[in-house]
Amino acid sequence: MELIAEFFRGLRASTGLNFTIFYDPFDAARFWRAFVTTCELALYSVALSLAIGVAGAFAQGARFAPLRWLVNGYVAFFRNTPPLVQMYFFFFALGAITPTVPDDIGMEVPLVSNFAWALVALSLFAGAFNVEIFRSGIEAVPRATVEATEALGYTRLGAYRHVVLPLAFRVCLPALNNNLVNLVKTTTLAYAIGVPEMLYVANQIWSDALNVTEMMNVLLLLYIGLVSLLVWLMHRWERALRMPGYGA
Amino acid sequence: MPPRPPAPPARFDDPRWAAAVALIVLLAAGVAQAQAVAAGQPGVVETILKWTPLIGTGFALNVAISAIAMAAGTLLGLGLGLCQISLLPPVRAGSWLLTQFFRNAPWLVLLFWCIFVLPFRVTVFGATVDIPNWLRATIGLTLPVMANVSEIVRGAVRSLPGGQWEAAESLGFNRGQTLRMVILPQCLKRMTPPWMNLYAIVVMSTPLASIVGVEEAMALTRGALNAERRGDLLIPMYGALLLAFFAYCWPIARATRWLEHRARVRA
Repeated sequence: MELIAEFFRGLRASTGLNFTIFYDPFDAARFWRAFVTTCELALYSVALSLAIGVAGAFAQGARFAPLRWLVNGYVAFFRNTPPLVQMYFFFFALGAITPTVPDDIGMEVPLVSNFAWALVALSLFAGAFNVEIFRSGIEAVPRATVEATEALGYTRLGAYRHVVLPLAFRVCLPALNNNLVNLVKTTTLAYAIGVPEMLYVANQIWSDALNVTEMMNVLLLLYIGLVSLLVWLMHRWERALRMPGYGA
Repeated sequence: MPPRPPAPPARFDDPRWAAAVALIVLLAAGVAQAQAVAAGQPGVVETILKWTPLIGTGFALNVAISAIAMAAGTLLGLGLGLCQISLLPPVRAGSWLLTQFFRNAPWLVLLFWCIFVLPFRVTVFGATVDIPNWLRATIGLTLPVMANVSEIVRGAVRSLPGGQWEAAESLGFNRGQTLRMVILPQCLKRMTPPWMNLYAIVVMSTPLASIVGVEEAMALTRGALNAERRGDLLIPMYGALLLAFFAYCWPIARATRWLEHRARVRA
């Protein structure tokens, strides 16, 4: 560690490139905490948006019409409005009417933190896309397969869980992959409502140390690294789930 | 047990959804209106109408940014996409790397990058020209558009059967002619739906410019809310802004759906 710090101190002295996050303990601590926050935000919102997608696609096939309308309205609205405005709407408009609770020192803090609002906004936004993606996958499942489950006495939920969803999942993995990559990139929007994720903290650091270009490049590389990791994992998963005879 | 009738296909682009969404917003506005009138303040609807001309000009800037970024990004992306299918390995590898880089970087980070790294003033032939913030933001949005168009072009060319290339070759077309007269005209139809989809995404990304200080609809809405200092306006004002974007993007989504559907029937 000391060697790395020494190297970047030397780099600053010799070239003027100022990577404070590698030798300044304070900047290093807050930046890596932000990195963890970004990872957490991405992980939780991926999980939550997948759950929304699975549940929403199931509800779209329900026989109870108002439920279908509700899901369709949700998908149409969240797919066609800017995620940033959604996030402001959640944090500033809805956040203003949610109750507050006293914290340890008696200060009134909102019941729903800005991290939680970011999580909700990102999950609902990506979830709307996931519903459509799962729906397209479900439509690709042959009708005869669904009829076969009925003949075997599956309930609709049973057939969805054991037959339709596993097949649909494999069909829509590439599209899902794309959307999840987008979701990871969209976590930067949490910056706008003050969640201390990577972009936010990078901004603080370059305001203090005036190393905009260096931090900018670190940010770009880290995000591309994160996205590449996700793409690599999803491709491995895609290969592991591949069924002989399905797809090219 | 009688066979269950197949559930009607779910359609998110049914016009009734727009009507339902509009109705809910109107209802919410009505309730807020009633409360405001009871409290002796100007009504919510009046206040929103008062700010509409100003926020409307901001929205026009959103549309302008999206149109310029889309036009420039499409031209650059077309070139980059053709480089991706070049026969020269270094050109192919270089353009692939460029495409992946700008496709995988978050739009907001690219926007910050353009705002901070691009010069805010350039001197051309002795004349000093200021580059306004919104133009730099537009450049920031052009880069990811370019990368996405590049992928759309590559995907469309690859989706054509190889027989097209061979047939053109047997008719004596060279590579440039094949691309220009055989491949690209066929790709155009395939590229239109994803291209329109991309445009909707660009429009929905323009509020990001407010974060880097461009006075577009989002920034002006926040400004209006700060000026009014009224809690009951928060939900209606943000709701109205959401609705404005919805009204602009949803027809595009419907048209995209329609084009995709038409292509599927023909295939």
